[in-house]
Amino acid sequence: MKRRDVLLAGLGILVIWQIAAILVDRPILPTPVVVLEVFFRELRGELPSHFAASLWRVLAGMLLSVVTAVPVGLAIGGSKTLNRIFSPVIYLLYPIPKVVFVPIVLLFLGIGDLAKITVIFLILFFQIVVLVRDQAAGLAPQLLQSLRSLGAGRRALFRFVYLPASLPAILTALRQSVGTAVAVLYIAELFATRMGLGYYIYYNGSTLLDYPAMYAGVLAMSLLGLGLYFTVDWMERKLCPWKFVG
Amino acid sequence: MINLHSLTFAYPHSTPLFDSFNWHAGRGETWAVLGTSGCGKTTLLYLLAGLQHPSTGQILIDGTTLTRPRPRTGLILQDYGLLPWATVRENAELGLKVRNFYGADGVHTPQDYRPERDVTPWLERLGIHKFADKYPTQISGGQRQRAAIARTLALQPDLLLMDEPFSSLDAVIREDLQRLTLELCTENGITLVIVTHNIEEAAAMGRNILLLSEPPNQQARAFKNPAAGEDGHRESQEYHVLCQTLRVELSHETA
Repeated sequence: MKRRDVLLAGLGILVIWQIAAILVDRPILPTPVVVLEVFFRELRGELPSHFAASLWRVLAGMLLSVVTAVPVGLAIGGSKTLNRIFSPVIYLLYPIPKVVFVPIVLLFLGIGDLAKITVIFLILFFQIVVLVRDQAAGLAPQLLQSLRSLGAGRRALFRFVYLPASLPAILTALRQSVGTAVAVLYIAELFATRMGLGYYIYYNGSTLLDYPAMYAGVLAMSLLGLGLYFTVDWMERKLCPWKFVG
Repeated sequence: MINLHSLTFAYPHSTPLFDSFNWHAGRGETWAVLGTSGCGKTTLLYLLAGLQHPSTGQILIDGTTLTRPRPRTGLILQDYGLLPWATVRENAELGLKVRNFYGADGVHTPQDYRPERDVTPWLERLGIHKFADKYPTQISGGQRQRAAIARTLALQPDLLLMDEPFSSLDAVIREDLQRLTLELCTENGITLVIVTHNIEEAAAMGRNILLLSEPPNQQARAFKNPAAGEDGHRESQEYHVLCQTLRVELSHETA
C-alpha cells in the first residue's frame, strides 16, 4: 500500500463527511471543518490529558499481555502434553467476546485504571497466546533437529528459535486486535471514570450536548487506534524484514 | 571413529530396525548408507547424532560412548533447517552463536573452543558470499543447502552426518555439491556418513557403502568403492558395475 493512496483515501473520507454534513444539516453532524477547529482548540485544553489516559491504558494492557501471553504460548506450543491439556481451555475461552467481562472486571477490580487495563489485557492475551502457540507448534521439526545437532539445548533453542519465531506472531496478534482493544477501552471508559477519551466523548455528547467536541473526541480516539495500528505495522517491517522480501 | 557394538533399536510396537548390529567406520572415511525406505537408514543417522538412543548396545564415537549430541558431530538434513527470519550469513553463524551462548563447556561446545564469529571464509568456500544478506526464501535450493553446509562446517566437525542432503536438487547442482562435499571432507579430515536411497549417489560419494536391508538389520553389508570422488569415476567401468551390483542387491530386498 502506498502512502499517497492512504492519504487520498483519508481525504476522500473527509469529503464524504463534508457532503453528508451539508445534506443532513443538523447539529448532531457538524462538518469536518468545524470539528477540526474544535479539535485543535481542545488540544490546548483537556483533550491531551484524556488522550494520554487512554493511551496509557492501551499500552499498559498491551505490554502486560505480551509479557504474560508469550511465555504461555511458547510453553503450550513447545510441549505436546501442555498443548493437550490447555488447548481445549483456550478453545472454549478464545471466542468469548471479552467485552462482556467489562462489568465483571469492574466489580472485581474497582474503578481505577487496573480494571480498564485488565479488560484490554484479556482481549490481547488470548489472541497472542493462540498465535504464538500455533507459531511454536508449527516450527519444522527439521529446524529444531538441526539446531539440536549444532549443540543447542533447551535454553539455546528458546533463545535462537522459539523467541524469534514468536516475534511475528506477537506483532500479528497486536495488529489484529489493537482495534478491538481500543473499541473495548471506549466501553470500559464509560464507567466510573473522569479521564479517558471514552469518558470525554460520552460526556460531551450526552451531558454537555457539545457535538463538535464529541466529534473531536471521536477523532482523537480514531487517531489513537490508527496510531497504534501504524506503529505495530512499522515495527513488523523493522523487526521482521524477512516477511517483506520475496 | 564410529563403533557400533551389538546395537539394538526399535520404535515402540514395531519390528526392531537393528538387532545386535555391529559396524565400524574409520577416521576420515566416507560412507554412504544405502537402503530402501523403512530400512532404518535415517534412524541410524539420528542414533549417530545422539538424537535417538539405542535400546541396547553401544555407540562409540571417537572412543567415547554417545549419550547426547556431540559437539564435534555435524548433521545436515534434507530440509535444510535454515531459520526463515535470518539471512544466509546469520544462518551460517548460528552454530557459532549457539557455541558462544554456552561457552566452552565441553557438553554443548568442545572444551578447547575459542569464541569465533566470522563465517566469511566458509561463505566464500561454498560460493554463497554474494547471497550473504539474502533470506532463505530469496535463494535457490542448492544455495540453501550450501548455507546449511557452511553453518555446519564453521563448527569444524570431525564427523559429518548427512540425510538425503541433495535429493531435492537438480542433477547438475546435485553432482556439483556431491563433489564439493567430498572435497571439503578431504580438506578438513572429516569422516562422512551420508544416507541416501539413490544408488548413483551412494556409488558416487561413498568410498565405502553400507547396505541396509529389510529390518531387522543384523549384519553390516559393506562394499568398497575406493575411487569414489576421483575425476572420471562416474564414467568408469567399476562405477557401473558397482551400481549394477547394488541395484541387484536392493531388488532382492524389495522382491
